Amino acid sequence: MPIGRPAAALPPLSQEEVLRYSRHLIIPEVGVEGQRRLKDARVLMVGAGGLGSPIGLYLAAAGVGRLGIVEFDVVDETNLQRQILHGTKDVGRKKVDSARDRIRDVNPHVEVVAHETRLTSENALDIVREYDLVVDGTDNFATRYLVNDACVLLGKPNVYGSIFRFEGQSTVFCTKDGPCYRCLYPEPPPPGLVPSCAEGGVLGILPGLIGVIQATETVKLLAGIGEPLVGRLLLVDALSMQFRTVRLRKDPRCPACGTREITQLVDYEQFCGIRGAEDETAGVPALTPSDLAARLKRGEDLDLVDVREPHEWDICRIEGARLAPLSSFAEALRTMDSARDVVLYCKSGVRSAKAARQLQAAGFKRVWNLAGGILRWSEEIDPSIPRY
Amino acid sequence: MPVTLRLPTVLAKAAGGQTVHEAKGATVGDVVADVAARHPELGPRLRDAKGEPYPYVIFYLDDEDIRFQKGFETPVEDGAEIVVVPAIAGGR
Repeated sequence: MPIGRPAAALPPLSQEEVLRYSRHLIIPEVGVEGQRRLKDARVLMVGAGGLGSPIGLYLAAAGVGRLGIVEFDVVDETNLQRQILHGTKDVGRKKVDSARDRIRDVNPHVEVVAHETRLTSENALDIVREYDLVVDGTDNFATRYLVNDACVLLGKPNVYGSIFRFEGQSTVFCTKDGPCYRCLYPEPPPPGLVPSCAEGGVLGILPGLIGVIQATETVKLLAGIGEPLVGRLLLVDALSMQFRTVRLRKDPRCPACGTREITQLVDYEQFCGIRGAEDETAGVPALTPSDLAARLKRGEDLDLVDVREPHEWDICRIEGARLAPLSSFAEALRTMDSARDVVLYCKSGVRSAKAARQLQAAGFKRVWNLAGGILRWSEEIDPSIPRY
Repeated sequence: MPVTLRLPTVLAKAAGGQTVHEAKGATVGDVVADVAARHPELGPRLRDAKGEPYPYVIFYLDDEDIRFQKGFETPVEDGAEIVVVPAIAGGR
């Protein structure tokens, strides 16, 4: 069953549109009616980043009539390795603006609705309500549960994709009889356990691969063709180039789509343990970059320890530091001298705080954490150090 | 014939860098215990302090979710394949 209005109520195609979409129109499964369905469709993309880029480009090219984009972010140099909606000239621009320009160029028949905001419990229902279907291209657990619950409450399909390094997952949640995100993952992992793409990295092509799968499922659902990825979770491993689907079941005990205990949107940051969580650097004395620079300039004897991983050390380092990765810090700890002043740093200051706590627990009294890590050092002291 | 346990790369680091592990056991829980015994860092990533699965790390036995069977008590046959699927949220 296609999503949307009865065939008689669908908008006609102009002559120009017939030409543009001719390769669709000559596929019997799509045909004129399928293309009119795409034209009539209203799709909300949450996120115009890695996944959102191919989703937006292909849905626009395919002729989806209205594309809503929820995005609050600004294009950054580090986005360009994978976010192909945005170009080098767009660095510093709002992603919604850059996305709108690019989509207009791809297909001027598409109406782009920019929602320049974060999706929140306060605005999600009002935004999602205006669309037929949601494509989830977000990057955190809290927003994924929010998107899911809004889709369950409003009865909108949620075309899901997520990625990490070389691996991705995709499925279609929240169809009438299908499972939802909470059926698969009833609770999120504790904060900090699963690194984000910003922390752990991602192969630039991978969001392309997964986003294109999401776009494909979206077009299938809108046109009502094929077998949607409902009740199946597609697992993609780009390193071995293996695709596998496992069976997803609707859980009758699911509080969202099963028992329907969840009747309104909740506080998703609290649900994901983000709010109220203790500051990750609390309890560790901090040293600002300028304080460290002054101490180094005075030639003070201190043990400057970089707790990042070797592949990060290869990218950049602070002169005079030595490497002792957090992942094997317990071994390094045994070689350290508690009589010396120890200054620890990592990329942004979180991992080095963990290492500092290990030292404190081992009885070290003179331990400092470089506030903001090597990124802030690069910003405030030594701009020759590349940011990553 | 042993059973195969497949880990995603995000968990492989705690398992000597290997994603595919041959293991023995009569149940899914036994297989997990067998692999965890060889890779002590991996154990706590697959099950909690009580030995129960986490709600965000899902086990599929021959592509079927063990939560809809007998959980870690689900019996495994020789040649079976267990796939571990942790929640990931990346998308940007």
